[in-house]
Amino acid sequence: MRVKIHVRRYNPEQDPAPYWAHYEVDVEPTDRLLDALHEIKWRVDGSLSFRRSCAHGVCGSDAMLVNGVNRLACKVLIKDLGPEIRVEPIRGLPVLKDLIVDMEPFFEAYRTVKPYLIVDDEHLPEREQLQSPEERERFDDTTKCILCAACTTSCPIFWANGRYLGPAAIVAAHRFIFDSRDQGAADRLAILDSRDGVWRCRTVFNCTDACPRGIQVTRAIQEVKQAIVSNRLRGDGRAAGAGAAGRAADRLRAE
Amino acid sequence: MPSTVHAFDAVVVGAGGAGLRAAVELSRQGLRIAVISKLYPTRSHTGAAQGGIAAPLGNVEEDRWEWYAFDTVKGSDYLGDQDAIEILARESVDAIIELEHMGFPFNRTPDGRIDQRRFGGHTREYGQGPVRRACYAADRTGHMILQTLFQQCVKHEVRFFNEFQVLDLVVRDGRVAGVVAYELATGELHGFSARAVLFATGGYGRVFKITSNAHSLTGDGLAIAWRRGVPLEDMEFYQFHPTGIYKMGILLSEAARGEGAILRNDKGERFMERYAPTLKDLAARDVVSRAIHQEIREGRGIGGRDFVHLDFRHLGREVLEKKLPDVTEFVQTYLGLDPAEELVPIQPTAHYGMGGIPTDVDGRVVLDERNTPLPGFYAAGEAACVSVHGANRLGTNSLVDLVVFGRRAGRHMAAFVRESDGVPWPSDAIAEAADRLESLRRRREGQSAAEIREALQTTMMRHASVFRTKESLERARQDVAELKERYQRVRVSDPSRRYNTELLETLELGYLLDVAEAVVVSALNRTESRGAHWREDHPRRDDTAWLKHTLLYRGEDGDHRIAYKPVVITHFQPQERKY
Repeated sequence: MRVKIHVRRYNPEQDPAPYWAHYEVDVEPTDRLLDALHEIKWRVDGSLSFRRSCAHGVCGSDAMLVNGVNRLACKVLIKDLGPEIRVEPIRGLPVLKDLIVDMEPFFEAYRTVKPYLIVDDEHLPEREQLQSPEERERFDDTTKCILCAACTTSCPIFWANGRYLGPAAIVAAHRFIFDSRDQGAADRLAILDSRDGVWRCRTVFNCTDACPRGIQVTRAIQEVKQAIVSNRLRGDGRAAGAGAAGRAADRLRAE
Repeated sequence: MPSTVHAFDAVVVGAGGAGLRAAVELSRQGLRIAVISKLYPTRSHTGAAQGGIAAPLGNVEEDRWEWYAFDTVKGSDYLGDQDAIEILARESVDAIIELEHMGFPFNRTPDGRIDQRRFGGHTREYGQGPVRRACYAADRTGHMILQTLFQQCVKHEVRFFNEFQVLDLVVRDGRVAGVVAYELATGELHGFSARAVLFATGGYGRVFKITSNAHSLTGDGLAIAWRRGVPLEDMEFYQFHPTGIYKMGILLSEAARGEGAILRNDKGERFMERYAPTLKDLAARDVVSRAIHQEIREGRGIGGRDFVHLDFRHLGREVLEKKLPDVTEFVQTYLGLDPAEELVPIQPTAHYGMGGIPTDVDGRVVLDERNTPLPGFYAAGEAACVSVHGANRLGTNSLVDLVVFGRRAGRHMAAFVRESDGVPWPSDAIAEAADRLESLRRRREGQSAAEIREALQTTMMRHASVFRTKESLERARQDVAELKERYQRVRVSDPSRRYNTELLETLELGYLLDVAEAVVVSALNRTESRGAHWREDHPRRDDTAWLKHTLLYRGEDGDHRIAYKPVVITHFQPQERKY
């Protein structure tokens, strides 16, 4: 089938301002949008620039704004987009060329939340640390994140205030806060209980809608908010969720 | 052209599992290191690995490292080096416990330990029946390895140079001095002076048309090393994974069959019973891929066409949701099918290069059959050939390879860097790379890289994939030679410096052409069938003539020099391979 693709283009080396370019290409209805973009790049205009790699929705390279919604170009099919498709860079990050944005502010926010397991290295067991299937389940959803930035760049709060850590960073924090093995929850909750932390979230659900991995992002943010509140109430520096999980792990070890 | 030179103790090129594992090791030891990636690290193809990572933990049933070593040797069709395989099998346990300690979210047994499941070719008691050896995180095991190792790099404040394309390995007086790389964002060139360099640049599945591999997997590291006089080892052995989504090649993990999914032909028969009576659908990948092709050739493809079915229907929704969620989603997204109720069309897909840059068990790149190292140069992961996979890799063993040999390479590099006084950065190193790049950028006539690449992928798929003959391979060699000729006149239409992804793809095509040439020449030379290398005109394995590794050197004028390296055999004598 023949589709019209309108692409927001901008090469600051030569263009005074971003503009819309229009292409018509022949593709199969079951092709990915990425296939159509390749059709343009490989047969029509080699200068069209975008990121991509795995082409099946697991590497997170090709997040873009497609007909007004954040999508991975390799995970949305032509038949689900209709004969006219508008493609733009994800919003809220500086555009470097065409569909390529500067990811550095995004990864900066990620690094801020200490996205790694914090444990007492001295006292690790010789074999694996024990963790029940239920404890493992507690943070399963947020381990799916591929850092594509679709959630963060669909958030109106992030558009208005780029210092907001944003959904992806909170998801990264959630993944560890609710891991029964982790001992850094209090640190992370303090970071997220700040001006640019979770309280900026207005529960718009754009992030959840945008996530190509189906992560319940808004729910994860709510859980982090609750953990901060119960942590304050308890005042013992352990996150509520993680605390319960930690106790379950203690029980397993005792058995 | 503007350029900068950076000085580090060590440089890691490639930020997948092997590169990041080495980087963690190096940074833990307090060295100044840089990791260069043409992507962002979290986008490396390790993240696409689905099913599992093997280790004889014995968490759900008895297992021993000796059984694992035997399976790997047998899987390799006796071409794997048994000293390296023994290291792989023994150190896998520690490497996986270490991943767990770093935070890897393994699926768990009811008593809280790491859960394990079945995978192709992994058996108990030397082939008696399948064993649960693969540790996993649902069907995103590779994703979790990549994330966990990247997280450790964030913790250790590793310095990343993202979206830098490596152009050259700098060698002076027989020693490595560093690398030259191209910064995509600006078009600038950068020199990285270092006492040790690790190539962990991944595979090259994009030489084939139907592939599970990312667009970025273009054999860059292999081609660059080859151009600098390093031989490539065992390039004739390229693995086709049995279950790629029909026409697209997107992988459906072997964990699907590990959890009980079954291959069926047009008659609905479970045809693997005929080809591998003991392990059936869980035989090694080369065996299953050939069986599928055989069914298709004999007219039992679905509707007489070139695919068969993978049947998940009896597994139940809970297994699909808990253990194969991504596989289920791929089938729904790309085929519009519900695997709980419908049959899934699959065909073998180009997946993994067993060959690569030859190394010893510490990741040191070696230059000849006597294992003479090139001081300061290391390789690990799919780009390297240790060789633990021999002629055919078992499922889960690529991930084990990354963490075991990534770690060993990192350790050896750290020791080497401490003892080495380094090589001065040659002042002309960047100029050389700059000239090549500029001449490429300036060409305005001729064909596009896309046209040449498509022709390459088509010929490799047709003439050098699962089944090969002298005639088909000679055809492929001619085609590749002609395409290399056309590449001399390739046209880059985008003149810009900033994010010139067309220039990048053109560079990548140059690497692909070199690697394809190495595959075809090596395959033509080996007149036997072993593992993934199947010559219809030489259908038997010939241990008398061919129980040896190929080392292929690049000639200046299209000629190649071939040398051979003996296979290291310790405990397991070659025998006929039956599943």
